This record gives sequence, structure tokens and C-alpha cells, in this order.
Amino acid sequence: MDVLMLSRLQFAMATMFHFIFVPLTLGLSVMVAIMETMYVRTKKDIYLRMTKFWGKLFVINFVLGIVTGITLEFQFGTNWSRYSEYVGDIFGSLLAIEATVAFFMESTFLAAWIFGWKKLSPKMHAACIWIVAIASNISAIWIILANGWMQNPVGYVIRNGRAELDNFFEVITNPFAWGQFLHNGFAAFMVASFFVMGISAYHLLRKNEVEFFSKSFKMGLIVAFIFSILVAAQGHHHAQTVAKMQPEKLAAMEALWDTHEDGAPMYLLAFPDEKNEKNSIEFLGLPGALSFLAFNDFDAPVKGLKEWPKEDRPPVTITFLAFRIMVGLGTLFPLLCIWGWMKRKDLIENKLYLRLMLYAIPLPYIAVWAGWAVAEVGRQPWIVYGIMKTSDAVSPIATSQVAFSFIALTTLYTLLGACEIYLLARFARRGPAPTKP
Amino acid sequence: MLETIWFLLWGLLWAIYFMLDGYDLGLGSMMPFLAKDEKDRKAIYKSIGPFWDGNEVWLITAGGVTFAAFPKAYAVMFSGLYTALMLLLIALIIRGVAYEFRGLVESEWARKLWDKAMVVGSFLPGLLLGVAFANIFMGIPIDENGVFQGNLFTLLNPYGLGGGILFVLLFAQHGCLWLAVRTEGELNERAGNLAATIWPILAAVYIAFLALTGVYTQLLSNYLAYPALMLILLIPIFAIVKVRTLIAARKWWKAWACSAVLIVSTTMFGVIGLFPALLPSSINPAYSITIHNAASSQLTLKIMLTVTLIMVPIVIGYQVWMHKVFATKITDEDLGY
Repeated sequence: MDVLMLSRLQFAMATMFHFIFVPLTLGLSVMVAIMETMYVRTKKDIYLRMTKFWGKLFVINFVLGIVTGITLEFQFGTNWSRYSEYVGDIFGSLLAIEATVAFFMESTFLAAWIFGWKKLSPKMHAACIWIVAIASNISAIWIILANGWMQNPVGYVIRNGRAELDNFFEVITNPFAWGQFLHNGFAAFMVASFFVMGISAYHLLRKNEVEFFSKSFKMGLIVAFIFSILVAAQGHHHAQTVAKMQPEKLAAMEALWDTHEDGAPMYLLAFPDEKNEKNSIEFLGLPGALSFLAFNDFDAPVKGLKEWPKEDRPPVTITFLAFRIMVGLGTLFPLLCIWGWMKRKDLIENKLYLRLMLYAIPLPYIAVWAGWAVAEVGRQPWIVYGIMKTSDAVSPIATSQVAFSFIALTTLYTLLGACEIYLLARFARRGPAPTKP
Repeated sequence: MLETIWFLLWGLLWAIYFMLDGYDLGLGSMMPFLAKDEKDRKAIYKSIGPFWDGNEVWLITAGGVTFAAFPKAYAVMFSGLYTALMLLLIALIIRGVAYEFRGLVESEWARKLWDKAMVVGSFLPGLLLGVAFANIFMGIPIDENGVFQGNLFTLLNPYGLGGGILFVLLFAQHGCLWLAVRTEGELNERAGNLAATIWPILAAVYIAFLALTGVYTQLLSNYLAYPALMLILLIPIFAIVKVRTLIAARKWWKAWACSAVLIVSTTMFGVIGLFPALLPSSINPAYSITIHNAASSQLTLKIMLTVTLIMVPIVIGYQVWMHKVFATKITDEDLGY
């Protein structure tokens, strides 16, 4: 394997690992903040206990998010130095702004929240978790503005042999990036709400702290209900943006090989055969459906992959499958929510549903991973769409160095991941602390 | 002009990072010499628990600002020092996790394991950052394309190692003083004594390092060209002497503040000596990465400066508040005894 492949693997591994923690942080911080606000307003003990229990799981999760985030920032310089040099003017400044505007706030106030139970007034304490929640989400905006610029570069000129900033306003109002941010942000609430429902289901199955976990479950259910619809609706809208701005990604998502000038069909069952530039299975085509979904018009022309030379096409199979997984899960989530909503009065008697929800904890994670795979793999071979190829972005360094770091980081992350799951499971299983500490 | 402002800010951000993370890294690495029992260890964790994370963000900002203001320097520095940076990352990861997980595990062996992770993860960053910065001061082998022509062992030369030892000692003393600030009784005594023990070694290494700087680097040429700059060198010299007297007087906050001044002024001494280079090339001065060939566009520098001038004072504001509220003396009640 060469430096390029190893660097890509390392980056993919590090990002995916980082992205176990981030979405839960984004969603759960808001949910914990709501719980604590309810406590401050009602003074009911149960809300304090909820804040502490879910807050503890939140904190265990947060730390790994932080330390793995540093790896990502460094990797642009270590592994993608030519990229950093070429686009640092824009991309680097977005990362730097993220750190100064949001990351500082997130880290400082989370520490104040963790250590401030006795030192801060209840209102001030609740304010801290709100600041963490808001700062986390602001942080996500800047990071996704940076990623969105890689997807749809705007506001730049090529000057002095690199991409230079020309219009900052265009960069921070990039419609592609905002579409991504919303989709990703909504998905984060799916991760968090399913996490809360799943753990609550575990305890409800054992008739443990029924009031506590019924309340938690219902809060999760409401959040999941709202966001499962938002994420799907907004996802559809975002896919239309992709269709317009990255036609080859759309073609890969749908494994569409030939251009259809008057209406492209969508197949209920298909499987791409990249080598022979066709689909090995194609079954039940709905005429014009793809054109309609992508452009709101049954007769709209859709470009097929063959429009682009082979070396400019994204890896079709991965993009196609990841998209199917994401959409499939995205369809399942509202159904699970509706089921739960119908049974909400008598959750504890619905063992089958509760068990399902326990095992559903990983599903939103898989959905967000798949979503990022569509976004990132689907952008290949470009690192910055239309401007710079990934193969031109890699650092001029020795293969052995990357091989060493890849093995070291993978080993470390595997161990930490195991510790993390063990600790989360232990504290989740233990349940909330008794009424009075 | 903007490049020069950013160069100074770049140096200052790294200096602030060393000053802040310096105390928690230093204390972490000195833990085996300071803690006699579990209660001591708890107090040490407790003394840095609320701060390490906020301190470490300065690293992310310093890195981010290097990326934003001088992308080429970021690219060459981070890819050139690849293995050293990966080791730094791994150290910071295991240390960060140790803070969190150590308090959650119950078995004795697991706690011991995380304590080890804490010590190694705190010691290595100081050493690696010192080695890295000393090498930058000296110049690293970069060719005309900005490609690093060395390996990890190129960095482990006498001057680089000297920088590493200097940083470890600076951080260690800084950390001991922090613990002295935050504790009373026996632990306070031990922390103060260790700081006092470190001092003569630090002073000797400091003098040796300054002498080596004259031999190995071009840092002094800026000072010789503008002798008025020599006054800047008086700050760390004054600070290092003052630290000694303040330790003797058991004035911990002041001693810690003096040690902070020492770290910042030492870093800035090197940074000013570097100017206008960010990464001097040891192969040929013409290949050096300087503020002129590495800076971002004027527009980016302007926008970044606006953001920085607004946000950094706010950040400093709430971090000072954080230190005021949480950096009180640790009591038995805090430790759950």
C-alpha cells in the first residue's frame, strides 16, 4: 500500500471513530440541558436525577470526542500537507475560527458543569450546559462549513498557485454546507434520542425505576419523532442540492450508468457491477422516479456515470450501498417512532418493542456513518470538488511513517473504543443514583 | 504588516499554550514523585481536572492559527515532523482519556494502569514539543520544495534534546507550583519542595541551553542587529530568579505566575529570534519557510485578525473566571473524605 491509500484509510478510520462521539454530544447536550432546565423550573427531584444520569453518560462520551478531534485537525498537516498548503487560506481559517469561537467555550463550560455542582448556583449551572450545547452545535457549523467548501467550493480564486479567499460571505453562506449541517444536526438528535430510548428500554424491560425511565423514554420518543421526520424531509432536499451540484455523486448514489435525456427510472432492487459499467441486477424500475425525486420533474434529464471518464467517477458500489443503508434506516426510524407513540401509554407491557428499541441503539450511528460515506466517498476522486484531486493532496512522506501511525492509531482506538463501550454499558446498566445523594 | 502581526500572534498562541497546558502536563509527569497514597493522587487529578481540557484547546487554536495564517508552514511543519507529532497525539489522547476513565474504574490494577498512562501521556508532550521547537529554532532540513529530508532521529540532536529537557523541567516546576497553589498541608509541602529541587537543575539547563543557542542557531542575529531587543531577554532571566525567591517565601500564586512569565518569555525569545522565518531550512537559508512565502492572503489574515481580536479576549475572560471559581484550595471534603 502506498502513502495515499494508507492516509485515506487512516483518515477514514479516525473520522469514523471521532464520529461515534460527536453526534451523541450534539444531541444529548441539548437533551440534558432541557432536563436540567426542567429541574431548575420545577425543582422536582426526578429531573435532577435525570440530568445527572444522562449527563454522566454524556461526559464519558464527550472526552473521547475531544481527544479524537485533535487527531483530525493534525492530520490535515501530517497526512495531507499539499492539500493544507493549497487550500489553507480558506479551509484552515474555518478550522481556526471553529476553535476560537466554539471549541474553547465547549470545553471550558463543560468542565464548569462537571465540577460546578456545588460551586455554581442552580441557574448558572444549567446555563453552563446550555452553553456547552450551543457551542457544540456552533462548532459543528464551522466544521461543516469547511467540509461543505470541499463539496461545493465557493468564494475563492486561484491565485499564487493556491485557492485564495475572495468572498468570505459566500463561504459562510454556502447553501451546500448549510444543507449538510442541517441534515447532520438532525441526524445527531436521532442518535441521541435512540440512545436515550434504548437505555431506557433496557431498564423498563427489567421494571427498574419505571417512572424515571418512562419519562426519559418519552422525552427520547418526542425528540426522535420530530427529528426522524425533519431528517428525512431535509435529506430529500439536500439530495436535490447534490443532484444539481455534484451530478456524478447522484449517479453513483443511484448506480445510474447511462444518461437519460427524458426521465430516469429508479430501481427498487439493483446492484452495481463497476467493472462492466452496468448493474448486475436491475429490478422493478419506476419510470421517471429518479428524475422526479432529484429535480421534481418526471421528465428531467439525469446524467449517467458514463458521462465521466472512469478515473473521474466516484467508487460506485460503496456510494450506492451507503446511500441505500442511510435511506433504508431513515425510513425505518419514523415507523419505530409511530409504533412507540401508539403504545406510549403502556410501554412497559410491550416487551417486543422495548427489546427492539434496545437493539436499535446502533442504527442511527450506522445511518450517520453511511451518510458521511456517501458525502465523502461520493466526492472522490476529488478532495475539493472540481479543484483538487485527493491523489494530489497527500504529504510527501515515507510510507513507513504512515504505516506506523495507522497501526498505532488503530490499535489505540480499538482499545479506547472497548473501554468506552464497557464504561458506558456499566454506567447505563447501573441506572440513576438514589434520590438523595 | 499583517504578516508580522500574525507572526507575533502565532508565537504568542503557542506561548500561551505552553504556559497553560504546561502546568497540567508538568504536574502529570511529576505525579509519581508527589503522590504517596490514593488521597494524594486524587488531589492531583482534582487540581487539574477542571482545567486541562480548556488548556489543551489552546493547542488546537495554535495549530489552527498556524494552518490559517501560514498554511505552508503548517503543511511543512506537520508533515516534516510526522512521527514526532503522531507520538504527541497518542500521548495527548491517552492522557485525556486517563483523566476521565481513571475516576470511573474501580479495580486497583485499572487505576494503576491509567495512572501510568497519565504520567507517560504528560511527560511525552513536554519532551516532544521542546524537541520540536528547539529544532525549529535551529533549522530543519527542508529542501526547495518544502520537503523534510530527515527522520525522527534527525530531530534528536544535542540541541533538540536540550530543548526537550528544558521544556520538561519548565513544565515540571510549573506543575509543582500549581499543586502548591491548590493544596495545603503535606502535599503542599512536598510540591513546594519539589519545585525548589527542580529549580537549580532548571537554572543550569537554562543557561546551558542559552549557550547552545548561541552555538547552534541564528536566533541571536536579530538581537545583535537590534540590541534594544536584548531587553526582552531580561524578562525570563528576571523571572527565573524571582521564581526562586518566591518559592522560598512560599508565595505560591506569585511563584506560579512568575513561572508562567518565564515560559511565555522564553518562547517569545525564540520566536523573535526566528523572525521573519517560521521554519528555517538547515540545508539552505533560501529554502526557509518565512512569513513572506507562507502567509495566507491579506483578506484571510484580516478576517482572522478580526475574529481573534474579538474572541480571544472573551475566551481569556471566561477562562480567568473559571480559574477564579475553581482554583481554590482542595479540601478533604472535595476529595470525598
